[in-house]
Amino acid sequence: MSDTSLSPLVAPPVGTPFQKAGFRRRLLRRWSTRLALAVLSALLVLAVFAPLLAGYDPLGGGDDALLPPLSPGHWLGTDDLGRDIWARVVHGTRISLTVGVASALIAVLVGVFVGALAGYFGGWLDTVLMRVAEFFQTLPRFVVALIVIALFGTSLLKMILVIAALSWPQLARVVRASVATLRQSQFVDAARVAGMRDGAIILREILPNAAAPIIVLGSLDIAMAILIEASLSFFGLGDPNHVSWGAMLNDAQQYLRSAWWMSAFPGLAIALTVLAFNMLGDALNDALNPRGAAR
Amino acid sequence: MNPMKPMNDAVLDLRGLSVDIAQGANALRVVNEISLTVRRGEAVGLVGESGSGKSMTAFAVMNLFPSPLARLAAGQVLLEGKDLAQLPPDALRAMRGARVGMVFQDPTSYLDPLMPVGRQIAEPLRAHGRTEGLQARVLQLLDLMELPNAAQVARKYPHELSGGMRQRILIAAALAMRPALLIADEPTTALDVTVQAGILALLTRLRKELDLGILLITHDLAVVAETCQRVNVMYAGEIVESNDVVPLFDRPRHPYTQGLLRSILSPASRANSLFSVPGGVPIAGHWPSGCRFHPRCPIARPGLCDSVAPLLVPHGAGADRCHLSGEPAAAQAWDTAGVTA
Repeated sequence: MSDTSLSPLVAPPVGTPFQKAGFRRRLLRRWSTRLALAVLSALLVLAVFAPLLAGYDPLGGGDDALLPPLSPGHWLGTDDLGRDIWARVVHGTRISLTVGVASALIAVLVGVFVGALAGYFGGWLDTVLMRVAEFFQTLPRFVVALIVIALFGTSLLKMILVIAALSWPQLARVVRASVATLRQSQFVDAARVAGMRDGAIILREILPNAAAPIIVLGSLDIAMAILIEASLSFFGLGDPNHVSWGAMLNDAQQYLRSAWWMSAFPGLAIALTVLAFNMLGDALNDALNPRGAAR
Repeated sequence: MNPMKPMNDAVLDLRGLSVDIAQGANALRVVNEISLTVRRGEAVGLVGESGSGKSMTAFAVMNLFPSPLARLAAGQVLLEGKDLAQLPPDALRAMRGARVGMVFQDPTSYLDPLMPVGRQIAEPLRAHGRTEGLQARVLQLLDLMELPNAAQVARKYPHELSGGMRQRILIAAALAMRPALLIADEPTTALDVTVQAGILALLTRLRKELDLGILLITHDLAVVAETCQRVNVMYAGEIVESNDVVPLFDRPRHPYTQGLLRSILSPASRANSLFSVPGGVPIAGHWPSGCRFHPRCPIARPGLCDSVAPLLVPHGAGADRCHLSGEPAAAQAWDTAGVTA
């Protein structure tokens, strides 16, 4: 018997969610998570190196309109204006990821800030901030995004800001709940007794201990933001200077029967991306929460 | 301890300290006019059962309560001559951790689970604006706590350490700023006996080496006997007896103190002869009339103890709060009345 054969019998070190080795092992336990991470890495590569990988100008048309997939030179075919579908899907990755990540990032920053204030200080501040958050939460996200973009015109930045404005309340509520619990914990009492300022207590003691739900919700928010961006572009409210998967779907509507490839590939791209982020969020949730990890 | 020391070297001087807990429109007085003094290099015990208000007294020194409903209602908290009860919040915060350190019963939950302990020891230093030499100071403190391999220990997380080591980490953090006073709230209650002895020996060494004033809060008279020079016994929010440690253990004057001393287990104790003071501490705010201890007292005199509240009367180096403490009956209060469980 070698030493290694015994290792599964040795209990893993019980520790914090961030114990590096344990965390990576728990995160990568399921094949679906590994697949999701692979898809996301591939998307990242596509987005970063889009001009190199596309082969064609995504906005420049040509004479070869409506070529089916596997045509010479256009392996995913071309659309009604002769634009290469592969080039457009690849460039669409940039927009989707930019909008998704940027708006989720803003939502996390705002949500954590508001939630931490409300949860830590409580009282009237908590009441006011949470009523504001609830107001935003009652709005149907997509409809409001639609109205705002329709009223104020479209641009990438506006899209990001609108989506972020509609996503932060959920985070704020979750952060508030964690912070309100953690602020009563004894190590926070100890920090107060040591003379630490409130700001330092929140940043150094409380938020690291509330990180798990923030990370999980953040990754789920990316998926949600990508969906909203695609929907807005589908309704023609996207930025016309950029290629977007939603806009591609819009173009494809008239050709649904004659040229299925125009809708299939951008649709597939949306589905894959959103699914991958959702699976990542799910896996992070399990990996960061040791109690739920008994599977 | 040292007879050459002047009398005014008090680190902590509580004068008539009272703590209220708000309950609707009313306030429950859970700590009533506590006065005690801790001198430099002296360990003072504050002893009592659960619910006697001893932890509230500790939090009152910091003017920082675990519940927002509790507040300092009256009295002075003189720390090195400055009244903490009158300080504005920011000046008060600057005192916490710097002039007073505090350690608690359960070292596990008082440490941040996600922060290496070395950084946690440095937190009070950072909180008070120190940015340089933190690492060196942390290692120095770990050495002072008799922890071997200080550099290695500093990188560990709380869950990687034993209970005794965690308590040493908390003490190190509490002493990081070289405070004049250490408040230790049941510092050894969660530890097993051998570890407890180590921590108490450490506290005694630190007290002597650093000329530290210690306010030791405990329910365990054995801990007090081992560590303190002076004892205050609390019952139902009041001090019922205080004295130097030797006379208090030799000649306790208050029936409650006598009962507590009898309750200490000894090798002679057997299951059928365990002594306990009958009854329990009354609920805060529902104090009995007269002497708060009279319902549990074996020598309570009807018409006196149940109607007239006794005062804390000085006697020799100590003081006690009992109408009958001078009478011969009090000396053997429990001889016939002891309850065996």
